[in-house]
Amino acid sequence: MTQTRLVEVRQNVLKQNDLLARRLRDQFVAAGVQVISLVSSPGAGKTMLLEKALTKLHEECRVAALVGDLATENDAARLARSHAPVKQIVTGTVCHLDAEMIERALADWDLNDLDVLFIENVGNLVCPSSYDLGEATRLVLMSVTEGEDKPLKYPTIFNTADVALITKIDLAGAVEFDLEAARQNIQSVRPGIKILEVSAKTGAGVAALLDLLRPQTVLAATTSNEPTLMGIEGF
Amino acid sequence: MHELSIATSMIEMGCEEAARHQDSRVVALHLKLGPLSGVVKDALLFSYEIASSGTSLEGSRLVIEEVPVTVYCAICDTEQVVDSIQRMCCPECGALTPTIVHGRELEVTALELESIELQSEPVIETDVFASELTQ
Repeated sequence: MTQTRLVEVRQNVLKQNDLLARRLRDQFVAAGVQVISLVSSPGAGKTMLLEKALTKLHEECRVAALVGDLATENDAARLARSHAPVKQIVTGTVCHLDAEMIERALADWDLNDLDVLFIENVGNLVCPSSYDLGEATRLVLMSVTEGEDKPLKYPTIFNTADVALITKIDLAGAVEFDLEAARQNIQSVRPGIKILEVSAKTGAGVAALLDLLRPQTVLAATTSNEPTLMGIEGF
Repeated sequence: MHELSIATSMIEMGCEEAARHQDSRVVALHLKLGPLSGVVKDALLFSYEIASSGTSLEGSRLVIEEVPVTVYCAICDTEQVVDSIQRMCCPECGALTPTIVHGRELEVTALELESIELQSEPVIETDVFASELTQ
């Protein structure tokens, strides 16, 4: 038998994405833009909540959004009703956004014209967890109709998030949602994470969320949560 | 399912390193994989075969070392392997532990090479050369 030998490589497979995400993060910080991403399963209410947030924040600061979907520009059309600048990223068959897509989408925007930038990821609780987008804060959403054990089924994505939102809270009674169990499950996979209950429909909890996302508070909120986005940790 | 693009990146890294060892054939690519990387082992093994096809890594094995999730427990002042990623707590004292030390790894650690100089046949050399040309 021929003898084999090992040659050390030691390279992070997502090195390219992480380097680009780090560069984007540096640019966001230099331009003073708070970048907040949203991840959830399809239908958890990212777009409706974002529409509310954009409409409200547009009155007080310069806010914009990038929104990712496999197909259609429907979400961008919905979000445009807020009058904030919105750009759709159509990924085709790709199930997540990556740092390169963000860089490309931002190419003709001047970051100095922005205070807050939202990035709505493709509805998917698996793949987006691997990709750092350069955001300062990652929000993970779960709706009450999805069940209390969602965090236990998708621990990885919850583990990369800085804030967890329980959405459609107005429906909690109708679906007999066990809020305490949900909170425990979120804390179990991501100890210490801040949890907010919101309803984009009734507006419940939206003010508290916006307080957290306003430019001056985002940094404080994330540092207290020890953000573990891969780019920050050096992966 | 993003494992195919992950596998493609791994193959690119492997091919880059393999090009520095023209006298050898790649037998295996070694990878460290943590459960918090968001990458599924079986899907990656499946994708590896597809992604390596037609490259200098075609026919090589993917050897995955699974890295357990290790957290730092501030109360015990030690690093501990958690029992389950559904419960990020110290197995000793039970305290919830947000500080993750290991478990997010997705790292190509090494290439396993076999020398081709002794039993090499011209056909193999030609194949390797041709596959490089088509990249």
